[in-house]
Amino acid sequence: MEVAYLIETIIKVVVVLLIFSALAGIGTYFERKVLAFMQRRLGPMNVGPYGMLQFGADAIKLFTKEDIIPSNVVAPIFKIAPVITAATAFMAAAAIPFLPEFTIFGYTVHPIVSDINIGILYILGVMGVGLYGPLLGGMASANKFSLLSAARAAAVFISYEVVTGLSILAPIMMVGSLSLIDFNDYQLENGWMIFNMYGVGFVAFILFWIAGFAETGRTPFHLIANDHEIIDGFGTEYSGMRWGLFFIGEYANMFFISFVIPLLFLGGYGDGSFLGAMALLGKMSFFFFFFLWTRAAWPDVRPDQLMWLCWKVLMPIAVLNILIAAIVMI
Amino acid sequence: MNNEAFNNRDVSDSYFLVDIEDYPTEPWDKFKRVIKRTFRIELFVGLWVVIREMFKFDLHTVSYPEEKMPIGPRYRAIHEMKRLWESDTERCIGCGLCEKICISNCIKIDTRIDENSRKEVSDYSINLGRCIFCGYCAEVCPELAITHGGRYENASDQREHFLMYEDMLTPLDKMTAGTQVEFEGFGAITPHEDERVKKTPLAY
Repeated sequence: MEVAYLIETIIKVVVVLLIFSALAGIGTYFERKVLAFMQRRLGPMNVGPYGMLQFGADAIKLFTKEDIIPSNVVAPIFKIAPVITAATAFMAAAAIPFLPEFTIFGYTVHPIVSDINIGILYILGVMGVGLYGPLLGGMASANKFSLLSAARAAAVFISYEVVTGLSILAPIMMVGSLSLIDFNDYQLENGWMIFNMYGVGFVAFILFWIAGFAETGRTPFHLIANDHEIIDGFGTEYSGMRWGLFFIGEYANMFFISFVIPLLFLGGYGDGSFLGAMALLGKMSFFFFFFLWTRAAWPDVRPDQLMWLCWKVLMPIAVLNILIAAIVMI
Repeated sequence: MNNEAFNNRDVSDSYFLVDIEDYPTEPWDKFKRVIKRTFRIELFVGLWVVIREMFKFDLHTVSYPEEKMPIGPRYRAIHEMKRLWESDTERCIGCGLCEKICISNCIKIDTRIDENSRKEVSDYSINLGRCIFCGYCAEVCPELAITHGGRYENASDQREHFLMYEDMLTPLDKMTAGTQVEFEGFGAITPHEDERVKKTPLAY
């Protein structure tokens, strides 16, 4: 029993790692294509049919590029920072049920590495640790732009983390559990979270979604690595696979947030049938697409605007939301 | 269109100030502005515009090395030496005007007298590294011999890149096929030249 559990867990970890590392790469292809089509361009076209092997070419480039450690950087921290980003992104995946449980060859598979009872807390916590990657990498880089980026990362980190935590409180009060599987089962009985509780769930959904953009550092809140202001921010001094790890971490984070939002608010995989699993993947795809969509459509905000938004607008709304949820529940 | 529109520098009657609201200073006004901006659906207009363009799929990329934009017939790129339509011989008479007028001194022409006691171009080269493609040589040429062509891909790994007479000359097989194209740019004959030409007045 113990050995079987161990083997099963290791297999699951490897599968999640491989699939999402590959998805992170393929995600870049989709991002480039979608952005190109929205801007009336072709996007990558030359490597493979319709440029589909572009991801492979990029991977070869990243793996074989020289790994430069500049002379003035704080080398140990500089080297560990990208690993933090990528590792925490994948660690967060441990508590996400990617599919409903299914039976294969008479063996029931739970497509979740570990159904711990503090699931959502664990996910948000580990994803929060992920921002130490840009923070430490930026501060250790001995580069002014990286330092600016690190300062912004700290500001963003403090601002959005408050909103994420508070916005998720009201749904947690309703469900009474932190496990994402319990969230799913609750929504199976009571309908989707966003339609629950006279709009409380909907407000929480919007707040969490906005905070998700800050969490993954995507376009309206892409200020820690804004190309036109601070070059590549924390990534300026990085090259080769260390930069690639930042990249994989960012895209894996996007995928995981895209899984978490439907699981928390949009019914997840429903009753666990094949259709429900496909619905979860469909919802995930929509949220991933939305990340790309906004990148084509929306401008970036300044750091002070982001802090204004998080502290003066979203946080009061989140607190009010919790209050209303408490009153309704009584 | 007449030049009036371009020469009129007095723009006072056609320019107007854009109506920009004053920035709110009172907290209540700032709050009202935030509410107004939040519930006007400007962000979704942006989303709609890009998704509309995506589904229209009206792509404007020219994938350059495979396909090229058509260039105008007056485009001034690498020089060409034209031949006479009637006899397929070279139009160049070796007058040397192009060498004289060239403002970057990139044309070198040498002539000699051949067996039939006719002037013949013995050496002609253009240094493309110096040429600024101003078109004066094509304009000054009395025989419409040296013209510009449409070849613009002249990247080179050296500064001096000499274009020789034989390379500029229209190949003979092109002449027999009748596919030599006249240059329409500098120095070319304007379309209605026949009606505009006047007899030389002899009454001086």
